Amino acid sequence: MTELPRSEDYPSPQIRVEALEALLVERGLVDPNVLDGFINRYVNDVGPMNGAKVVAKAWVDDDYRKRLLADGTEACKELGFGGPQGEHIVVVENTPEMHNMVVCTLCSCYPWPLLGLPPNWYKDPAYRARSVREPRALLKEMGLDLPDSVEITVWDSSAENRYFILPMRPEGTEGLSEDELAKLVSRDAMVGVAQVTAG
Amino acid sequence: MAMIDSLGPESKTPLPRSNGELVFEEPWESRAFGMAAALADQGVFDWTDFQHGLIAAIAEYEKDHDSIETPYRYYERWFATLESLVVNNGLLSKQDIDSLTEDFCKRPHGHDHHHDHDHGHTH
Repeated sequence: MTELPRSEDYPSPQIRVEALEALLVERGLVDPNVLDGFINRYVNDVGPMNGAKVVAKAWVDDDYRKRLLADGTEACKELGFGGPQGEHIVVVENTPEMHNMVVCTLCSCYPWPLLGLPPNWYKDPAYRARSVREPRALLKEMGLDLPDSVEITVWDSSAENRYFILPMRPEGTEGLSEDELAKLVSRDAMVGVAQVTAG
Repeated sequence: MAMIDSLGPESKTPLPRSNGELVFEEPWESRAFGMAAALADQGVFDWTDFQHGLIAAIAEYEKDHDSIETPYRYYERWFATLESLVVNNGLLSKQDIDSLTEDFCKRPHGHDHHHDHDHGHTH
């Protein structure tokens, strides 16, 4: 009689996951349509393009930008982006003097409605520890080499405050429409590990 | 608020991965994600409880593992949290889950799982 798949050397909990789902569905605890709906949404529909639209609007509409910085959750809802993990969104703005980046040191808190589910590196222990300890070196490794004159602030996301970065609008984009601007905004820029470039 | 409704049709955008990577590396990760989201959505458990469980599971794991030597698998922590919450809230018994898992392990084909490890491993 072998031990069940709980040990570290087991290749994947795939079968146990399958068993749990079968039982939850059989007992009527989970509606399979609701389950599939969540997966489809986060695989196909909700992703960083939502956040990019928020950023682009803030760049072209200064009143919106002010509302966004004052109450991120409400301002995102104005564009239809709300829902699970979308409560308590706090938007911080990058400036030429101050670069902001986001981490969740304890787990993986992240603004789902704006960015979808977090990428692997965001959940990784290395990112979670090093962003606090040596953010400048970490950003450099991730491809963002900031001059020493730029200060870095690291924001620790939690269920109470989910941080979202409003990146700087790149120079040379004055003639672009809101839609065109949104296409320039990467997920990494909204987590604060990259800057937006004019493309 | 029903979570699934509040996401709303407005949140549909055509290019979810245009500046990201795949959300789930293996299909079971998406099922584990979906189960937790659905149970919270249906009010079977509170999302905050899940989150606190996840924080504890991650902390516990990291206390014992060096992430450089052991690949970190986030969704394993996620699933362990889900299973604990389901069992501790009395929704299912661990015996039921064990037993069905064992039955599934015995299925002859259609699965790429190889049950050839030496278990009884502790750390």
